[in-house]
Amino acid sequence: MTDYIIKVEKLVKRFGKLAAVDDISFSVVPGEIFGFLGPNGAGKTTTINILCTLLKPTSGRASVNGFDVVRQQSQVRQSIGLVFQDPSLDVRLSGLQNLRFHASVYHVPAPIREQRIEQVLMMMELWDRRNNEVRTYSGGMKRRLELARGLLHYPKVLFLDEPTLGLDPQTRSHIWEYILDLRQREGTTIFLTTHYMDEAENADRIAIIDYGKLIAIDTPERLKNIVSKDIISVKTDDNDRAAEEIGLRYRIEVIRDGDELTFEVANGEEFLPTFVREFGTKILSINLHQPSLDDVFLKLTGREIRQEAASSEIKTIVRQYDRRTRH
Amino acid sequence: MKLRQSFVNMIGARGTSTMNNLRGVYTLWYRDILIFGRDRVHIISSITLPLLFVFVFGIGLSARMGDLAPGINFTQFLFPGIIGMTILMSSFTAGVSVVWDREVGFLREVLIAPISRASVAMGKTLGTATIAVIQGIIILLFAPLVDISVSAWTVLVLLPLMLLLAISMSSLGILLATRIKSLEAFHGLMSLLMFPMVFLSGVFFPLQGLPAWMDILVKFNPVTYGIAPIRQVVLGASPDSLFSIILFGHTMSIWEDVTMLALFAAAMILLAMWSFGKQD
Repeated sequence: MTDYIIKVEKLVKRFGKLAAVDDISFSVVPGEIFGFLGPNGAGKTTTINILCTLLKPTSGRASVNGFDVVRQQSQVRQSIGLVFQDPSLDVRLSGLQNLRFHASVYHVPAPIREQRIEQVLMMMELWDRRNNEVRTYSGGMKRRLELARGLLHYPKVLFLDEPTLGLDPQTRSHIWEYILDLRQREGTTIFLTTHYMDEAENADRIAIIDYGKLIAIDTPERLKNIVSKDIISVKTDDNDRAAEEIGLRYRIEVIRDGDELTFEVANGEEFLPTFVREFGTKILSINLHQPSLDDVFLKLTGREIRQEAASSEIKTIVRQYDRRTRH
Repeated sequence: MKLRQSFVNMIGARGTSTMNNLRGVYTLWYRDILIFGRDRVHIISSITLPLLFVFVFGIGLSARMGDLAPGINFTQFLFPGIIGMTILMSSFTAGVSVVWDREVGFLREVLIAPISRASVAMGKTLGTATIAVIQGIIILLFAPLVDISVSAWTVLVLLPLMLLLAISMSSLGILLATRIKSLEAFHGLMSLLMFPMVFLSGVFFPLQGLPAWMDILVKFNPVTYGIAPIRQVVLGASPDSLFSIILFGHTMSIWEDVTMLALFAAAMILLAMWSFGKQD
């Protein structure tokens, strides 16, 4: 047995001149929930596609469950479950028929097939609707059916590419209950990409990727320690002057993020009243908070992840809308 | 060497076993049958046009037309041609269903499964071909209404002929679907190809005494070699009858027709499997 369920060494994927994945290495241990975090276009999906044998790397090596993703495609595929961003169900078949199809192409032995199907449908609370055509399912039900399907063949690793994208907050937290429950029950390793920071905090370890490079990899707690202090965000009527003033007066680094200035202080609650009293530039709004992964990302890249995340979500919606209206 | 490698990749390789690939073929085939069985509207609509051709177009024209051969009127002549047309049009839709699967995302589920791409293409081909043959048989059930008697033996001989035509057309459809990604473009190309193939195959008229340009087109059309044997078997025509294909002065036997069609079918299915493996 290998110690690592996923091992990536000096992985590179180029599309023409662009290096979508630029020399990254990491490994994942069995049973881990491993989060892959970064803005859209950072190389998350490209990395997943390589690990799932859908893309060939330009150079470097990767293995899943001890199998090489280039030379042992079929064994890799047998070892993994996948839940994509976009649905991949046959909506003309019932939930049960979709699972039977999957069980058959993934070689789940006949004697345990029906039992296993019942088990995953129960787990995802879809048993009562098993005979309905998938086209009658809601968005959340479809995603749950995909999760059930991804689990059906006892995968060693479950890849979740933005598993809750486009779902409402309630459904999102539900899906997360299922994912955590799943790790508990079956010990499945979970590899997920997300740009929801609060979701990433469910992971045991997080890798932050930007422009195809791995810029940090650690537990959420330790990553948050990078930003060890409290965070203050301030909006003023003259940000240039304010930034200069903060730099001169407190000798701290200021990050500009849109129309906001962000900086760290050791003891925010005591700092704030003095700051407001003494500050020479007019303050429009001010906010103090504990460090989150958002701040880690901002600190590491100088950009905020959510703005890009939001715009990419809009792109997804537009794409779906396009697809619907083309008929 | 490179060719050999790509052939190995196509047939399976990379650790997929023959057994698993066969199960893959079966699963893809079964899914098509399942969907067809659910869709009653599709079953009825798929036989409406052929029946209109036989019972309205055929009977309407027959009234003013003499026999085309001793004891065979136009409707009777048309009937087996329409069976062939039904199979052709139905099996071509294999491509539509691949394009559709890509559009709704299900193709990803299929392509990422631990079965070879070639077995996916094969399963899809056989699934659509089976449905096309079923539709052909439904039309055949109407034979008594146009005074054609069909024996069990006729049906037994017809089945492989129908299947061969269906396989060649559905693999052609799949081959095109691996290159054409939008449903609209595929529908456009399909009618662009399908109608000339139907009209220039001898479905509607005998193949003898045609103008030279049309004669050439008819003989280049692979479907011609599928329609002629079906017609000869259904009508019980003798090998040197009016309904045979004459190629370079040689009257083709049913076996020769079948050989031509089989070569075309084999080429199409190999190309379809290869091209299916290439797409991403």
